[in-house]
Amino acid sequence: MPDTDHRLYLLAGAALFVIGFYSLLVQAHLLRRIMALNVMGSGVFLVFIALAAQTPGPIPDPVPHAMVLTGIVVSVCATGLALALADRVLAATGRVELGDDEDAAASSDATPVASDARKEKPAA
Amino acid sequence: MMLQVFDWILLLVIVLLAWRSLNDRDLFRAVIKFIALGLLIAVAWVRLRAPDVALAEAAVGSGLTGALILSALVRMRRREGAAARTQREDPE
Amino acid sequence: MMRRLLLGILSLALLAALSWAVLSLPAKPTGLTEASLAKLPESGVTNPVTAVLLNYRGYDTLLEVGVLLLAIVGVWSLRRGEWPANDLRDRPLLQSLLRVVLPLLMLAAGYLLWIGGFAPGGAFQGGALLGGALVLAMLGGRGRRVLNHERLLRAGLVLGALVFAAVCAVTMLLTGGLLQYPPGSGGTWIMAIESAALISIGLTLGLLYLGGRPTDTTPPSPPAHPTKHA
Repeated sequence: MPDTDHRLYLLAGAALFVIGFYSLLVQAHLLRRIMALNVMGSGVFLVFIALAAQTPGPIPDPVPHAMVLTGIVVSVCATGLALALADRVLAATGRVELGDDEDAAASSDATPVASDARKEKPAA
Repeated sequence: MMLQVFDWILLLVIVLLAWRSLNDRDLFRAVIKFIALGLLIAVAWVRLRAPDVALAEAAVGSGLTGALILSALVRMRRREGAAARTQREDPE
Repeated sequence: MMRRLLLGILSLALLAALSWAVLSLPAKPTGLTEASLAKLPESGVTNPVTAVLLNYRGYDTLLEVGVLLLAIVGVWSLRRGEWPANDLRDRPLLQSLLRVVLPLLMLAAGYLLWIGGFAPGGAFQGGALLGGALVLAMLGGRGRRVLNHERLLRAGLVLGALVFAAVCAVTMLLTGGLLQYPPGSGGTWIMAIESAALISIGLTLGLLYLGGRPTDTTPPSPPAHPTKHA
């Protein structure tokens, strides 16, 4: 297999990481942030496996495969725990976004918490 | 040659789908695109000669994570709906 | 808006830096392929990924099983799980589909566990299928009778970590090294660990979907004293 294939996958992995990173910083909704973290993880795994696939010969390097396998399982555990924590945040504070109020108002899935809406109306 | 074209298309769709999935207006559609992204990444693993990782990614990385987030989304919507209803019932 | 623009520029700079870093890695690395393939006959399995997971780097897998346990303990400490799909028991198409698919999934999980020794597969993939089967059963309204026995669930969740730790202790006694299998018996030890881990992983993944500690589904008895809650 020519070299260009694997370099393409390496670049795609870097792109996925940066897309997840940007979305993590910009999005306010907790679920979107959790998805962004998962996408960042997938980008890293793509780089790992593309590096492993570069070995000449029929069998690719098994050590990065094992590491990515571990990484996928840890990723899903972290997602499960993060979702439970997000549910606790919603129960405790009534809103599911982190970040300043302007971010929350800018995103289209802002939770209309009644007290915040009453505060924002005279200011608008 | 055909395989290279396939690689190009696959990776282009993966990157675009990742962008659209994380920046979609509707959260439900975003989660569905996230599940589709996971499946395409599983295809990428197969292309990179990593079948063990492809099995795990398709089952756990895409399917289970997507199901987790979807169930959390539904739970949150229900909880927000209940909170909004109790707010409205309070005498203002 | 300024903030988004600034973050966009920062992200593009990060992309450029990462692309340069990733493309400047050595072109044809050999990695650890020869080393792992050289010792493969003595490792007890013929699938190199399984050998790496459970023999060469078995300690990492022990910690990973620990992470699975940690996650489910965390989720159980945070929430009570709600049963999904209260009304799907009366859908005959779904129920007949489940009757066919669930046994097949369990069979496929066991198959993946067995074949992990010499072909792509292993405990994690089988456990993932088992977790998926559990989620499917929950969505079809089944499994409440089994999931009411919390002690059974706890035993199943802990089984993988316990067996793995026990194998570590026994191999330490037998050969003096952590997870250093006595020569010739590696395959048996690996199979023992993987079988226990399969059950644990499947239960953990399925119960992560439930999202918390299972609520008891027996109808509540009327309270003796009215409780005053805020």
